[in-house]
Amino acid sequence: MNRQAQAVILLLLGGAVIRASITDLYLRYVKEGLRPFLIAAGLLLVVAAIMTLWYELRPSAARTTVPATPVPGTPDPAGGVGAAHGHTHHEPRVGWLLILPVLGLLLVAPPALGSYAVSQAGSTVSAPRESDYPPLPEGDPVQVSVLDYAARALFDRGTSIGDRRVRLTGFIATGPDGEPILARMVLSCCAADGRPVKLGLTGDVPAGLPDDSWVEVVGRYTDRLGRDPVNDAEIPYLDVESWREVPVPKQQYD
Amino acid sequence: MGLAAPPAPEPTGTGGSRRWLGDRIGSVEVLAALLILLIIFRDPLAGMLDDPRLQTWTTVFVSIMVQAVPFLVFGVLLSAVIAVFVPRSFWARALPRHPALAVPAASAAGVVLPGCECGSVPIAGSLIRRGVTPAAALAFLLAAPAVNPIVLTATAVAFPGNPELVLARGVASLVVAMVMGWLWLRLGRTEWIRMPRRPELEDASRGRAFWGAVRHDVTHAGGFLVLGAMAAASINVLVPERWLQRLADNAWLSILALALLAVLLSLCSEADAFVAASLSQFSLTSRLVFLVVGPMVDLKLIAMQAGVFGRRFALRFAPTTFAVAVLVAVAAGAVLL
Repeated sequence: MNRQAQAVILLLLGGAVIRASITDLYLRYVKEGLRPFLIAAGLLLVVAAIMTLWYELRPSAARTTVPATPVPGTPDPAGGVGAAHGHTHHEPRVGWLLILPVLGLLLVAPPALGSYAVSQAGSTVSAPRESDYPPLPEGDPVQVSVLDYAARALFDRGTSIGDRRVRLTGFIATGPDGEPILARMVLSCCAADGRPVKLGLTGDVPAGLPDDSWVEVVGRYTDRLGRDPVNDAEIPYLDVESWREVPVPKQQYD
Repeated sequence: MGLAAPPAPEPTGTGGSRRWLGDRIGSVEVLAALLILLIIFRDPLAGMLDDPRLQTWTTVFVSIMVQAVPFLVFGVLLSAVIAVFVPRSFWARALPRHPALAVPAASAAGVVLPGCECGSVPIAGSLIRRGVTPAAALAFLLAAPAVNPIVLTATAVAFPGNPELVLARGVASLVVAMVMGWLWLRLGRTEWIRMPRRPELEDASRGRAFWGAVRHDVTHAGGFLVLGAMAAASINVLVPERWLQRLADNAWLSILALALLAVLLSLCSEADAFVAASLSQFSLTSRLVFLVVGPMVDLKLIAMQAGVFGRRFALRFAPTTFAVAVLVAVAAGAVLL
């Protein structure tokens, strides 16, 4: 792979990263907080590609004369002897592999982790830092996240929920016994460390929906508990009063 | 993994066509043809990914790459600055003259540089190139991703009930970095490190040298990062968590299992604490082992180290680091947890 091809790859990679981070595509893979770093890294890749092409395509000018345009960050833009060209065997062949992430981001754009990942990993709700949960905010039904509900149901035995009506948004997955469950993936860094939070459903269980359909359910706390066979963790239940299908949210991870 | 097939044969194809057609077909032309083919066959390619396992693989692979790209790029920039703009004499003054003292100094420098392991490999490479003793550069390589403030904060957040684990992680990682540095002084041989020749770094124009270093390191280290990310995504999809459940009951098996898992999963050091927290069926000591081994030895690091320092180096360095990290972490767990 010669330097010009490397420059094209860097340009594509930088472009793909920038495109993913100015659209909402990046939210399928990483946390929102990474966005400014992604944009900066993408821009730097593009600049590196342009500078490489600049030096590659004007070798004679650089060799004979002092470059007319000063290069940013160059204290001493002396002309100097250009490196010999055409020695492609020095150049890293492994760089060809960088086409794969470009391809993944530009052409394939795989979906966020869904029901398959849920079936593979055990439900994970970490224990709270304080023993008391703050009261739920105002509203009837009150909007809570799947993770928050699961934590309150498991570690607080539903005390802070009481008999309030709660509204949760998540996607449908198939539970251990074949029944539909409500799930949400939780990321700490990127999708490689995504962990599912699973809720069992009783009452008006959403029926006839394929896996990965997003639903909004309204219901109340129930003290019923299930077990996740994957990691032997407890799975809290929700007593569903009503549900409706909703479009895929922008932030698919909790 | 179906995606891995198309680009792999290309490099040899390039060489072959060059021999037949002179200089008419170079890598740019091959790249253009490849991209056009990929765009034409986009739909069948996407169709191949309908299988949920393959889809999850692709998601995990892309997300590891997206997560790592900023760290890779910033690490490469810093390493290019070191390679081109920081004079050799600076390191002679900044680090203690005696190599045995330079090792702890370099480990401590790792504490203040927040970064992820993907960035520290090219930085350590640059340090060696600029005359820093390999022992110190390697200690930096191991310490920087494991004990910087961001990683320790993440650990504290992930284990709210166990502040002693943060201390144990920091201490054990520093000790491993220093032990490995000193081991290198006693047993290491310089000829194991075969760093590729880098004529562009000697370029008289500093701008050309700087951007040449950035271009080279991103394609080189980035390519190996892709290899590592593919391996990690495969493990992520292929190893069901149910298997781990059985291992958790045996104290020694669980330590070995989590040490191996840390190598295979190749998580970013800023994220591994959250995964460790979720492996709640395992003992705290075995999870400490997971946190100490992970940032120092994992698939993507081994691939990157083999690329930057040479295969002979990586084959010796990675297993030794693994053994030292497991032993030190177990000892730290016995004392502190």
